[in-house]
Amino acid sequence: MALLQKIYQGGTRYPLVGGFLKYAKEENNMYDVVIIGAGVSGSSIARELSRYNANVCVLEKCDDVCEGTTKANSAIVHAGFDAAEGSLMAKLNVRGNEMMDQLCKDLDVPFKRNGSMVVCIHKEALPGLQELYDRGVKNGVKGLKILSREEVLEMEPNLSDNVEGALYAPTGGIICPFKLNIAMAENANVNGVEFRFNTEVEAINKGEDGLWHLRTNNGEYVSKYVVNAAGVYADKFHNMVSAKKIHIKPRRGDYCLLDKEAGTHVSHTIFPQPTKLGKGVLVTPTVHGNLLVGPTAIDIENKEGVNTTGEGINDLIAKANDHVKNLPLRKVITSFAGLRAHEDGHEFIIGEVEDAPAFIDCAGIESPGLSASPAIGEMVAEILKDKMGLTPKNNWVGTRKDILNPADLSLEERNELIKKNPAYGNIICRCESISEGEIIDAIHRPLGARTLDGVKRRTRAGMGRCQAGFCSPKTMEIIHRELGLPYEEITKSGGRSNIVMERTKNQKGGNQ
Amino acid sequence: MVNYDIVIVGGGPAGLAAAVSARNAGVEKILILERDKELGGILNQCIHNGFGLHTFKEELTGPEYAYRFIEKVLEAKIEYKLNTMVMDISEDRVVTAMSREDGMYQIKAGAVILAMGCRERPRGALNIPGYRPAGIFSAGTAQRLVNIEGYMPGREVVILGSGDIGLIMARRMTLEGAKVKVVAELMPYSGGLKRNIVQCLDDFGIPLKLSHTVVDIEGKEHLTAVTIAQVDNHGKPIPGTEERYTCDTLLLSCGLIPENELSRNAGVEMNPITSGPIVNESLETNIPGVFACGNVLHVHDLVDYVSEEADRAGLNAAKFIKGELVESKGDDIEIVATEGARYTVPSTIDLDRMDDKLTVRFRVGAVYKDSYVSVYFDDERVMHNKKRIMAPGEMEQVILLKSKLEEKPGLKKITVKIENE
Amino acid sequence: MEKRELTCIGCPMGCQITVELEGTEVVSVTGNTCGIGDKYARNEVTHPERTVTSTSIVLGGDKPRVSVKTASNIPKDKISDVMKAIDAAVMKAPVHIGDVVVKDVCGTGVDVVATRNVEVI
Repeated sequence: MALLQKIYQGGTRYPLVGGFLKYAKEENNMYDVVIIGAGVSGSSIARELSRYNANVCVLEKCDDVCEGTTKANSAIVHAGFDAAEGSLMAKLNVRGNEMMDQLCKDLDVPFKRNGSMVVCIHKEALPGLQELYDRGVKNGVKGLKILSREEVLEMEPNLSDNVEGALYAPTGGIICPFKLNIAMAENANVNGVEFRFNTEVEAINKGEDGLWHLRTNNGEYVSKYVVNAAGVYADKFHNMVSAKKIHIKPRRGDYCLLDKEAGTHVSHTIFPQPTKLGKGVLVTPTVHGNLLVGPTAIDIENKEGVNTTGEGINDLIAKANDHVKNLPLRKVITSFAGLRAHEDGHEFIIGEVEDAPAFIDCAGIESPGLSASPAIGEMVAEILKDKMGLTPKNNWVGTRKDILNPADLSLEERNELIKKNPAYGNIICRCESISEGEIIDAIHRPLGARTLDGVKRRTRAGMGRCQAGFCSPKTMEIIHRELGLPYEEITKSGGRSNIVMERTKNQKGGNQ
Repeated sequence: MVNYDIVIVGGGPAGLAAAVSARNAGVEKILILERDKELGGILNQCIHNGFGLHTFKEELTGPEYAYRFIEKVLEAKIEYKLNTMVMDISEDRVVTAMSREDGMYQIKAGAVILAMGCRERPRGALNIPGYRPAGIFSAGTAQRLVNIEGYMPGREVVILGSGDIGLIMARRMTLEGAKVKVVAELMPYSGGLKRNIVQCLDDFGIPLKLSHTVVDIEGKEHLTAVTIAQVDNHGKPIPGTEERYTCDTLLLSCGLIPENELSRNAGVEMNPITSGPIVNESLETNIPGVFACGNVLHVHDLVDYVSEEADRAGLNAAKFIKGELVESKGDDIEIVATEGARYTVPSTIDLDRMDDKLTVRFRVGAVYKDSYVSVYFDDERVMHNKKRIMAPGEMEQVILLKSKLEEKPGLKKITVKIENE
Repeated sequence: MEKRELTCIGCPMGCQITVELEGTEVVSVTGNTCGIGDKYARNEVTHPERTVTSTSIVLGGDKPRVSVKTASNIPKDKISDVMKAIDAAVMKAPVHIGDVVVKDVCGTGVDVVATRNVEVI
């Protein structure tokens, strides 16, 4: 049981043993800062805070990092011409974009500046490009250029025949959001930040001791400061402590992901001209070589409503075809939906809550939240450093290596590797060519994978064209062996997402 | 780099049969590369019976059928490597393979036989709306879990797609104590064999709903329910026809796709209808010395046909090695499928290389009753065979005689079509 | 006279067979392509039979389950009983194709036999 607890709690490093459980928790659950949410914002904040001498803990209601908005979005780094001039969104987008090269180098995260284009297909809308250009320049976006029809088609021959021109932003990029999130969390963890998974905050109160008391399904946590990075739930936690209510309406975005065979259909990120509802349906290569089409923008009530709908997908396809021709939609390998944490004011809300001192909001982080995430982390850490008088750690390690990608090696190097560790010679996911060695690494590294989705997001095993049809039984076997988890307790993504129910033959227990 | 006369990619029914026939034709250095931990391929999980009536004149289960060929491979001492993934095949037939034991290595092959089989169309490719919880499996994945690993995915099952694996799994899950509530099929006809509808669905009172599809999937973490609806002639759901089924398992049996990533990278030309290589009468691709057979070439309904086809591929690869496969003069006769026939395998015939008899296999695009399979030599109809029933789920064939082709000097095109009268 | 339409399961052809019955007496069988169809149709209307395939537990083997089948057809109404017997059977590795898993299953006179090899781990 103790083992299971430990496994379920993932990154926890403290013992959960029998009768000492309650005592241990009370003793150990005191922190300088508690961050709610292990998405890209929470993890970025955690990593930035890990530079300083402070006890920091991240509470995450799911089984892993990267389980909310971060796992389902456009996977792009915006240049920063979209957000209103002078807004925090604009400032942090541009700053985040600037930080991305070094950060991704330090953390070994796949990132590519493929450049983005806002494509105009109606002559009368051409002035809109100029407006965007002007706004971009004011926001501090570098290298913007307005392209003629001919220039655009030369760069992107598969654009619609109706194309009239485009705004080109060379600083736009594509990134793996999973790996960015995972890398930041992992690096924070290595630098001393604790992560508690399957730990959902249920209530937050200011105690008589002047500290924040957070009631969770896993006992009480006490902290001097709380950072609210809870994505679509950030309003819920804000409203627990503040009289000035905020409201986040989940804005659903449906996406289709296409096979790598379609990955070169366009080479830049192709946007339509923006409307009130957002930046519209884009078509972009992903940093791993697939083609991504999306998102829709549908306001919903359900904060867990990540279901795609037939209308959503149809709408998406129709809109994508407006700007890009001959989209090979037969090559769709999966469709999914994500939720943007859209706050009514359409602006990032970052800072200490006025009527709740020591409670720091990081709310309304919708697009360009992923692009801004490094800057969000920096800003929140800066706020806390000043308020708390934090001092830098001497032994902070700002770099980490990602799981080795054997495909980058020469035949000789690969042989050398397999000789040292034969697991790298055993391909588990044939679509993405992922070896057992990579999966074992994903399981055993800090904040390692414990679920099929966890393995998938860390290694890409199961992310290819067969969508885990062949490799999931094999991955289960590895998880079973490496973590000692019975098959029946292996999940897709934690909670009740078990893959198999029981043994055949009504056989109970044992692994016969 | 090591040298082999023939390298066979895949140790399933196609690869095994090709190896045996190449050895019988006198080829010494043959190597089978198999990615799984045993030979036999997908047959090992197809524990139901019905295999081998054509080949062995008796009804075998999948593992038994596979073992008949494995025995022959063992007896003939044909080399094989298990747990070995082929990473690349080059245009000049250098095969790069990898395994725990041998690391990554290259083999120079005199001839290559592609026998990688196929995979199932995943949920994502079907664009089924709804949540993405646990509990959704392609039928073959569930088959592996139940039959090989011995685990039940769930207890209340809905199946989308009436392909053979789906039908077989309906019975299999039922026998293991699950309740299979319904099988929904998008098309107005089943994609599986008729006998499987009788003995897998009818025998257990499982309803088959034709012209139906899944329009919603519920359950954030684990599947809790699916909704199916009737579809119109264009496959679009008809509002008001929705029916909700609570369930914990959704199995998908919605088509198979030949696994040709290696072939494509090697530069093998593909047929967009079959998603398999375009081959000539010798089952040779556009790359000389690279042959294809089994489900990687086109999806078969019967393993017996796979074995037969692989036998020919092995024989022709042997001829190629021995220099007996005359070089094509470029005046091949084209075989065209039209009017109801969707494709043919092979696509071309070189008369100089053709055997006395050539089986041309094809599939139809819809259900045809009391119709005719017609073959035209250029504009002249030379064959007109009545069939009581033809369906897309079942492979059809015509047999061409070399003597008949030789009677038509200058023949350019052979057309296979379905005619009403 | 009673007419029954059947789909032959004797082979993958799946012939549509019409059987004419006088009480329990088969008067005619039409639509079949071969003798298997004739035999199937006559059996199916009088005493339907099936081959049952499944898996049984195997201990100490390189696989946790061994695939099995009834060596020949058993009465269709015995499928459920036969499954219970198969589920209750426990084999010990090694198991080889043809090894008897359940002798004379449910008094049908038919053995359940293994259909693949399982070697000792």
